[in-house]
Amino acid sequence: MSAQLAQYLLSGVTIGAIYALVALGFSIIFNASHVINFAQGEFVMIGGMTTVSLLGAGLPLPLAIVAAVIVAAAMGLALEKFAVEPARGASVVTLIIITIGASIFLRGLATLVWDKKLHTLPSFSGHRPIEIAGAALLPQSLWVLGVTLAIVLLLSWFFGRTLLGKAILATSHQRLAAQLVGINVRQVVFISFGLSAALGAVAGILITPITLTSWDVGIMLGLKGFAAAVLGGLGSGPGAVLGGLVLGIAETLSAGYLSSAYKDVIAFVLMLAVLFFMPRGLLGGRVTERV
Amino acid sequence: MISWLAQARTGGMLALIAAIALLPLALSNNYFYEVAILVGLNAIVCVGLNLLIGYAGQISLGHAGFFGLGGYGSAILSARYGWPPLAALAAATAAVGLIAFTIGRPILRLRGHYLAMATLGMGVIVSIVVSTEDGFTGGPDGMSVPPLTLAGMVLQGERVWYWVVGALVIAAVWLAQNLIESPTGRALRALSGSEVGAEVVGIDSSRHKLLVFVISAVYAAIAGGLTAHYSGFITPGKVSFFHSIELVTMVVFGGMASTFGAVVGAAILTTLPQVLTVFKEYEMVAFGAVMMGTMIFVPKGLVPSLAMMTAARRRPVRSHGSDR
Repeated sequence: MSAQLAQYLLSGVTIGAIYALVALGFSIIFNASHVINFAQGEFVMIGGMTTVSLLGAGLPLPLAIVAAVIVAAAMGLALEKFAVEPARGASVVTLIIITIGASIFLRGLATLVWDKKLHTLPSFSGHRPIEIAGAALLPQSLWVLGVTLAIVLLLSWFFGRTLLGKAILATSHQRLAAQLVGINVRQVVFISFGLSAALGAVAGILITPITLTSWDVGIMLGLKGFAAAVLGGLGSGPGAVLGGLVLGIAETLSAGYLSSAYKDVIAFVLMLAVLFFMPRGLLGGRVTERV
Repeated sequence: MISWLAQARTGGMLALIAAIALLPLALSNNYFYEVAILVGLNAIVCVGLNLLIGYAGQISLGHAGFFGLGGYGSAILSARYGWPPLAALAAATAAVGLIAFTIGRPILRLRGHYLAMATLGMGVIVSIVVSTEDGFTGGPDGMSVPPLTLAGMVLQGERVWYWVVGALVIAAVWLAQNLIESPTGRALRALSGSEVGAEVVGIDSSRHKLLVFVISAVYAAIAGGLTAHYSGFITPGKVSFFHSIELVTMVVFGGMASTFGAVVGAAILTTLPQVLTVFKEYEMVAFGAVMMGTMIFVPKGLVPSLAMMTAARRRPVRSHGSDR
């Protein structure tokens, strides 16, 4: 394996992990409420930007990170409470417009609270690259991969072992049946927004030392995370992770070997290819149509 | 005669013509004319998009792609290859129609969320290509576009454009209304109700969906080309995902499955940003809040909600579309 290829793969996996976290956020909300939350990318931005300003205010990094995740989660809960919940039962288009309105609102808010400049965070543990197969791996990439792995394990424990996690799963399978067995479906939807926002914020914080952050990073990261979720099969957890990684690697490979100008197109070309040939995504379940 | 006038669609048509004819009385300067022209151009897109979203029940989150391809196609042919602008506009529109026809079949097999994603993906791809191919499009900075000429006469000045666009809006609405009342229109509404149900009664659903997809793309391409020639400039913003969303919001805001609603939605959402500039740095927050607020409180859109309110007052219960 050439050093160059190894380099592309390593950076692809790193960015792919970020897409995976954003995609997981899309899938969790979609499962609980059948809403595609186009404001998902804004939580990525809020996570990064809040950490930057809390760090600037003198908080130690770990504390700033925890606080930023809490802030983002609170924004997610507020989004559900004040924008999505009141529109319960509205059509798909209406809900899409609401969440896009919310993303514009949050972006506008970010320009008011902060500014339109680029910001960065220090790497969590130094800048000295680690050499693997001739390729350089930033310590921050290890953080990205490690935290993503930990979150995936935590989520699978949460959905498989805890009562609340099982309640969310039940709601995603059959909302009415879940309600009949006594699950508070509205609360499940509420919590899923908070959880997704927190995931988005973690992604935003992890990637900021590598790619910087600003008020408008949420647009592209959100759309790519969305493409990753569709690629893996919207609503599937393992699918979101796989979709994110495939997307990240495809992107760095095409940037390296084809054209760096068109690396952003790859995500959407892959998404369309999957939609045309296997509409439920790589790992999405089969659905029989009912009339 | 009286009953003919009292029909909602004839009444609406007359109201639209009257509004377009009388509006100049209220337009005191060129700036107001300019806003009115932009409203008209957006209204043309929305009338077409409403056929797709409102009547056929198919979502598109990528119509800015067609709008932008019409605009950039016409701009590139006339500015870089010296085509007469009108021929460039016609060629770009035909090309967009062909593109819509080609991609329509695989895309329209998808439904609901999946259709939304696929159209979104298409739109984003077009927008990235437009910003990247700067040799043709001028990249992120955009490119200038020559003015439209009609039989050797240069079309310029806000007043001239106002009447041209006004006439086109009337034509667009009239064509859309006729389509809706035709057997095709009934087939589309059946589709929107239940695709399987429509197929069971013998409607070729994929052919009808494709037809209306192409029509809406052509509407968008014409309006895109005209917008480029009118403003003398086009930027990738016109092709962006955000512009697609603006267009859909106009349709939903005015009222789905209401052609006049689409015109009203275009009028309100085109003037809104002009009004919101008084909020200066709060503009974006205000726009997002308005978008969310209207969808939460008037989810069915303005015109149908108003129509329902007045209808409820006028007569007791009469379900729409029941022939007696």
